[in-house]
Amino acid sequence: MAARGVASVVQVSTAPLRLVTEQDRSVQIAATIAVPTIESEAQLKALLTSLSGVDAVGADARAAKLSTRSIKKSTKLAAIEMAISMVDLTTLEGADTPGRVTSLCTKAMRPDPRDLTIPSVAAVCVYPDLVAHARSVLGSSPVAVASVATSFPSGRASLKVKLMDVRDAVSAGADEIDMVIDRGAFLSGRIGQVFDEVVAVKEACGEAHLKVILETGELVTYDNVRRASWIAMLGGADFIKTSTGKVTVNATLPVALVMLEAVRDFAETAGPTVGVKVAGGIRTTKDAIRYLVLVNETVGSTWLTPNKFRFGASSLLNDLLMQRLKQQRGTYVRADEFSAD
Amino acid sequence: MSDARLDVRKTYKLLINGAYPRSESGRSYEVTSAKGAFLANVAQGSRKDVRDAVSAARAAQAKWWNATAYNRGQVIYRLAEMAESRRDELAEHVALAEGVNVRTSQKKVSASIDRIVWYAGWTDKVAQVLGGTNPVAGPFFNFSIPVPSGVVGVVGVQESLEGFVEAIMAPLCVGNTVVALASETRPTPAVLLGEMTSASDFPAGVLNIVTGLTSELAPVLAAHEDVDGLDICGVTRDAADELAVLGAGSIKRVFRPRENETDSSLRRLRAFVETSTVWHTIGQ
Repeated sequence: MAARGVASVVQVSTAPLRLVTEQDRSVQIAATIAVPTIESEAQLKALLTSLSGVDAVGADARAAKLSTRSIKKSTKLAAIEMAISMVDLTTLEGADTPGRVTSLCTKAMRPDPRDLTIPSVAAVCVYPDLVAHARSVLGSSPVAVASVATSFPSGRASLKVKLMDVRDAVSAGADEIDMVIDRGAFLSGRIGQVFDEVVAVKEACGEAHLKVILETGELVTYDNVRRASWIAMLGGADFIKTSTGKVTVNATLPVALVMLEAVRDFAETAGPTVGVKVAGGIRTTKDAIRYLVLVNETVGSTWLTPNKFRFGASSLLNDLLMQRLKQQRGTYVRADEFSAD
Repeated sequence: MSDARLDVRKTYKLLINGAYPRSESGRSYEVTSAKGAFLANVAQGSRKDVRDAVSAARAAQAKWWNATAYNRGQVIYRLAEMAESRRDELAEHVALAEGVNVRTSQKKVSASIDRIVWYAGWTDKVAQVLGGTNPVAGPFFNFSIPVPSGVVGVVGVQESLEGFVEAIMAPLCVGNTVVALASETRPTPAVLLGEMTSASDFPAGVLNIVTGLTSELAPVLAAHEDVDGLDICGVTRDAADELAVLGAGSIKRVFRPRENETDSSLRRLRAFVETSTVWHTIGQ
């Protein structure tokens, strides 16, 4: 087992799932305790076993309750702009071309060229072979280049190949790496292997930020989502991400709730504050605002920044721009006012 | 056992994207017969229902237009068949809503069904009438065809079933999709007709019907930038002026009534089409 060089081992929070209602639950981090160092698979298993189970019905109900909250007028406008700044504008198609990536990058920097007050998106997300091209188009803009790696989306390759994939993307100029965990290993109980891969990929990333895709649609239960979140965070993830967008079940609100709670609990045991990225199937402003409400109510406003929360999406950006214009003009606008890519 | 049984009362709902939702707002309002007796609770649509209906109509438009004109004709004719088999129900509602006797209402239903058949026939004939070859100087074959404007919002003649049929069928016939506001005071015949489209192979979203307060919904529909045409025959002249101004914001085609016009059906066929002209080389 690979070990992370953190000083002391502490008891991990086993608090049951809490239904928090405070406006802002920004987590205070105590400097005196630290995340446990994982020395063996048995220890990791024990740690995961010590996590309390997720109340699935409660999680569904809480997510459903929060999704009914109504955000109006200036708050909605602010939420829309916040959501735009959190978008990882994504194109992960076999048919991607440099031309398409160019237009995507242009759009990422200036989502609507008519209005320069709109923030640029957080990042563009492409396959490794298009990283260099995206990097050259984005130049010195604040938009980061994210790249999927580790045999995305299935993750079915040897560790050697996966690490090559990561190094390749990093050397081409990727600021962020989106890796997939080995779901086969996780589901068959080889969690040590999953953990080791995250650690190895984190090391291969160097300066680049690591987002770990759990592919929650394949993990079956919320308990598994919670455990996988912990494995990824213990392994050194800067972000945990729901989905690849390539399977039937993508990001859902309850899954995001479970992951946000994992992130909150991890931060409370003095681990680093890990970000959350929801991806796949988020197409409307309404969906995006529901996630923002969920973040605020679960982990607090500390996470309401592009450094801690992201949307992986392609068509969402246009809907955000449309709704923003609707708020300003007072009339519903045409979808074809905005470029497709 | 007693013969008494509980009333099975019908809720009149919206038609959006082939489904029958209640209003997103959860509101409903009471509709009375022409004589003032309670008739039904009808969904009171909101601006978000209008928006959803427009999205559905936009999504359905390409498919509806890409179907062959012959196929569109069959689908519209099928609606006439459905209406014919439920004519007594329609007539009953027309009688209650419009305050006419049963015999008159049967005539009105017959006229409405005949109008549907009339438009079914027009689907594959519009192009010959509104299109044609153009004489040009040069070795080109040049021809024009009518193509639909896109999504048409109908705040049409609402006081009678015939008026409603006329207002929705003309734009549908030439390949537009429609978002129609039913009459505020007499919505039930329109809702019944909407229900029949589900049994007539109308693709979801081609015809959407929103019930509710015209003064609340019509401005939203008129101002919606993703609506390409507007039929505003169903409101007063002043209200129509306001709606036309809202429609002008996004350069919509606007169809308004003319005085002393006995039959507007041919003018309606021309109202929501654009002319597409093609140049083709010949003699090379």
